[in-house]
Amino acid sequence: MLQALTLILLCQLVGETVVLLTGLPVPGPVLGMLLLLGWLFLRGGISDEVGHTADALLAHFSLLFVPAGVGVMLHWERIQGQWPAIAAALLLGTLLTLTVTALTMAGAQRLLATLHRRRRGAAGD
Amino acid sequence: MPPVTDTPFTEIWVYLSASPLLWLTATLICYLAADRLYRLGRCSPLLNPVAVAVTLLIGILTLTGTPYAIYFDGAQFVHFLLGPATVSLAIPLYRQRERLGALALPIGAALLAGVLTASVSAIGLAAWLGADIATQISLAPKSVTAPVAMGISEKLGGIPSLTAVLVVSTGIVGAVFGTGVLRALRIRDDAVKGVAMGVTSHGIGTARAFQVSPTMGAFSGLAMALSAFLTAALLPSVLDWLGLVGG
Repeated sequence: MLQALTLILLCQLVGETVVLLTGLPVPGPVLGMLLLLGWLFLRGGISDEVGHTADALLAHFSLLFVPAGVGVMLHWERIQGQWPAIAAALLLGTLLTLTVTALTMAGAQRLLATLHRRRRGAAGD
Repeated sequence: MPPVTDTPFTEIWVYLSASPLLWLTATLICYLAADRLYRLGRCSPLLNPVAVAVTLLIGILTLTGTPYAIYFDGAQFVHFLLGPATVSLAIPLYRQRERLGALALPIGAALLAGVLTASVSAIGLAAWLGADIATQISLAPKSVTAPVAMGISEKLGGIPSLTAVLVVSTGIVGAVFGTGVLRALRIRDDAVKGVAMGVTSHGIGTARAFQVSPTMGAFSGLAMALSAFLTAALLPSVLDWLGLVGG
């Protein structure tokens, strides 16, 4: 647990440091995730300890968003003044994004499958 | 309102409210209560635990007259874990490594389409309905996980703490309606469902996705991580293109 947590924090620390040093437009934790992923590939597997620790952190992922959510208290006035715009962006924008993303991926998969079949068909001729 | 008379209760209250322990514990209790309610309601997405916990806490803070800054002194320990949890997403990703290679192209296309739709639709709808520039920019990265979105918002002239709230709300909207919308679209592949959820609703969507299946959760986590990258890289140009001041 302690070793795994240290590994995870170390990846984040290296990620944050690299972002600060290079001005990369990506956030430190995301770079840290890629570093950890690279380390897992190098090592060729996940130790039980790292697996359990990550699963524990991710099991209550939504809890971690609660403090930021309570921050809505700070913005009542702005939200009250502009609520139709904010509500529309949140509801319609979010549902539109979900739909476009799902249909694009499903469409791209179907397109690739068709191309594969054609290529195989052409090779068979 | 805080109690004003000088009773033993006041003394205890003054002591406790000055330490992070009280609000840290309150955050965990409210979340556990919300989670219990969610399970009692057979995991109905309408009883989203984040939404319920936030509502409970705001009620308590309002009743006790506690400002957000005091609350956050305690809650920051939970907030901090967002970073390590984001790093931990490497583990479910690694477990899906075999499917990832095969799906690289469709995932790439979906990410690009999703990231552009998320930011352009948010800015467009908000501008059309009269939101000011600061609100529009704060809305733009709302589909990206909180620590990342706050950083983007700050860099581009938005209000980071407002962005955090909008990010959480977007996550809740996706988690509440996402599975229903995907069913209506007749999407059955857990990889596609996961990617759509992760691009749209980041960590809160991912938490919901893990409840549907580990595969959907892993792909949601992957999409959330990659869309954080892509949004950070693309949003300055998108704002520039839409004529909003960036940089």
